[in-house]
Amino acid sequence: MEIPILEMRQITKEFPGVRALDNVTFSVKRGEIHCLVGENGAGKSTLMKVLSGVYPYGSYSGEILIDGQPQRFFGIADSERVGIGIIYQELALVPELTVYENIFLGHEISRNGVIDWNETIRRADEMLRKVRLDVNPAAKIRDLGVGKQQLVEIAKALSREVKILILDEPTAALNENDSENLLNLLRELRDHGVTCILISHKLKEVLSVADTVTVLRDGKTVCTLDAHKGEVSEQALIRNMVGREIANIYPPRNHQISDEVMLELRNWTVYSPELGRYLLRDVNLQVRKGEIVGLAGLMGAGRTELALSLFGNAPGYRISGELWLKGRKRAFRHPREAIAAGLAYVSEDRKAKGLVLIQDVRQNITLANLQALAQNGVINRNAEIQVAEGYRKSLNIKTPTIEQQVVNLSGGNQQKVCLGKWLFVRPDVLILDEPTRGIDVGAKYEIYQLMNRLVEEGMSIIMISSELPEVLGMSDRIYVVSGGRIKGELPVAAATQEKIMELAVDY
Amino acid sequence: MTTQATFVTNLQRTLGQNIRQYGMFIALFVIMIIFSITTNGIFISSRNLSNLINQTGYIAVLAVGMTLVIVIRHIDLSVGFLAGFLGAVAAIALRFWELPTIVVVPMVLVLGGLAGLLTAFPVAELKIPSFVASLAGWLIYRGALQLVTAGTGTIIIEDETFNAIGNGFIPDVPFSIVPGYHTLTLLLGVLAIVAFIISEIRSRNKKLAYNFEVLPTDMFLLKLIFISTLIGLLAWIMAGYNGLSWTMVIVLAVVAIYHFITTQTVLGRHIYAVGGNPEAAELSGISVKRITYIVFASMGVLSALSGILFASRLRSATTTAGTLFELDAIAAAYIGGVSAAGGVGNVIGSIIGALVYVSLTSGMNLMGIDIAYQYIVRGLVLVAAVVFDVTTRRRGRAG
Repeated sequence: MEIPILEMRQITKEFPGVRALDNVTFSVKRGEIHCLVGENGAGKSTLMKVLSGVYPYGSYSGEILIDGQPQRFFGIADSERVGIGIIYQELALVPELTVYENIFLGHEISRNGVIDWNETIRRADEMLRKVRLDVNPAAKIRDLGVGKQQLVEIAKALSREVKILILDEPTAALNENDSENLLNLLRELRDHGVTCILISHKLKEVLSVADTVTVLRDGKTVCTLDAHKGEVSEQALIRNMVGREIANIYPPRNHQISDEVMLELRNWTVYSPELGRYLLRDVNLQVRKGEIVGLAGLMGAGRTELALSLFGNAPGYRISGELWLKGRKRAFRHPREAIAAGLAYVSEDRKAKGLVLIQDVRQNITLANLQALAQNGVINRNAEIQVAEGYRKSLNIKTPTIEQQVVNLSGGNQQKVCLGKWLFVRPDVLILDEPTRGIDVGAKYEIYQLMNRLVEEGMSIIMISSELPEVLGMSDRIYVVSGGRIKGELPVAAATQEKIMELAVDY
Repeated sequence: MTTQATFVTNLQRTLGQNIRQYGMFIALFVIMIIFSITTNGIFISSRNLSNLINQTGYIAVLAVGMTLVIVIRHIDLSVGFLAGFLGAVAAIALRFWELPTIVVVPMVLVLGGLAGLLTAFPVAELKIPSFVASLAGWLIYRGALQLVTAGTGTIIIEDETFNAIGNGFIPDVPFSIVPGYHTLTLLLGVLAIVAFIISEIRSRNKKLAYNFEVLPTDMFLLKLIFISTLIGLLAWIMAGYNGLSWTMVIVLAVVAIYHFITTQTVLGRHIYAVGGNPEAAELSGISVKRITYIVFASMGVLSALSGILFASRLRSATTTAGTLFELDAIAAAYIGGVSAAGGVGNVIGSIIGALVYVSLTSGMNLMGIDIAYQYIVRGLVLVAAVVFDVTTRRRGRAG
């Protein structure tokens, strides 16, 4: 039997409190396109970081073999040396430099430290022809579209004589045309002997291009399927991706959903001139009083953009369509207006967008509604302390005092501080973006209980979540978002992980 | 023995935990003691300290404004020549337009506010780095200063009301408690001590009521005694030489107002939130743009005040007034513990920073140290202060 070009054996990688990879085995044949699929958090990116040396030898257990030879990578430079090239979702190009400068960045063609520009440009031209990119090598990266930038990345990898090319969701930000071009290029590279590993959420892509597919779930290899033996089908992939246990960790609730529509979007369409594409198209949805509406979908589907655009944080976006809140047509130009109208948005990224980490619990909790505690602009310190203390107790925020800087709290407690801040604005509609990401089971349960309590009191909740069990366990109704569109609406009774996933990967 | 032992451990712990807060006070104290020794007591004399504080005035008010600018992650280089230019405008208004001080001062302050808004415009609307926007202001106001003084050269100010701002002292009461000392200044000193002690006790009781961590009783008493002594000493020294100057009154008022705004008001909290995490602030309904305009406008008003203090002190407007004020103010703010990463720093610290900075100049002048060495020493102190600040902050976070 032929020796595989790449073999990863019994790879286990642990982060504090989480086993991200558990005995993963992954084998890639020479000259094939091997797709790696799985839900968000299944361990795909972690596995590729182990392979490329981002997580150095010794920080994981298991073996990596290239052409049957064991390898120890202590950094990206080591994996590049044996011919592994990785292209991340966030492109690693320098926008202000030219195409040819970027292609040879870090590997400049030089003699005694002096760059040979003529040779550089000649070689760059050659690489660009290989990836069929018809641009002037002297053009600046920033003047190219995302699709072309992606090709420059590939040209850059090829210039280093890469044997194994890894692409992490290369088509996530591309339109259909550019995606098709890219897939054609991959086929061509394969035919020229380059082995490709493709991570993708778009199952149609996987079906059209893969020779072999490996499915990961919860940090474990579920199966490896051979397309040429007819083992790969959409149903087979979805079945293997979603077979997660739904543990019974969702507290029961006893609430009345009224018929009153609190929030409604009609043909909500958002275009980003900066990215040159639509982030959202013709979104129609309704949220009723006392209802938890789940927005399911994969990362990059446009759910966060949906929340931010209706919350008044839409830098430079062109928005059309209507937003109705409590029976009134609204358009918010700033989050301040949205908050005043009864909306609240708890960000998915609490450290970057939710909290002022260097301030204390009290200051963070009251930040969005200081006016309520102030007279003539002067904060009533006693009232502020009482409010913060109140949320510390009711949300069970574990902190020595409310004067503790939030940077010192655990993830779950930080999330509770965020929730406290937004509850204090007393919203009618609360948008929760990945409310339990990165927090422990105990805190998760408390947050679910809180959500139940809030809807029982008549609040409406929009919950954006990439965790299917959570969506199924907590929602009353589910919208599935993919490619900036609502792909389907499911009452929770009729929804299953498979049904949601089918819609989510339908691009 | 045991009470003595607990006192020492308490002291060590308190200093260890609050080294950043108290570090600057201690540094200022040490610098003053060193200079008092090396100058045979001239440095600590009433006359010298009174002069020193009056000289600090126009840098101190700039440092207060600059603190907020740096807190929201910006910088304003234009303030020095803006102060110089507005000082010249004040001189022209007094001398040639023959306007009274009572009209000129508010007018110049308003002009300063407008200038600040102008600097903020490209920063807030177009996201131009404030370094560049205010560097343009630096050039423009420098040119404007030369332009308005081109015909006349130095403009002498003869209005004594105006000149009193930088040179005058508060009047005294008609009776005397300590012969040879300024009685009203002493009384104000006593008043300040009483106010300080009452407010500290009230704040401590409030914290106790909420079960917050407070200083141990002995440390609390020590702090009260230490700061009361400091205030008393200051009042005593000032009373020994003409009493409290108008400059000092103005600086104290500015510090009091800004301290109040930054610690007690919604606006202040919004400023620090924008500095700590602009994205989170924006999503919390705070307009980062609005805060940017407000902070730069306040900087402009304080630049105008600085220009008034300086022109008044010199009794004239010169063609080079304001040169390097901006860098002195920035240095003072950094010595006082402001962080360029945003969201950290307070006006009291910056005032202390300004005092440290000016004390160094004054002390070294008295010692007759060459100006070349003075610059080097000031540079070393700046680096030392920032290194101290960064390392203690890191330790504070780890612990």
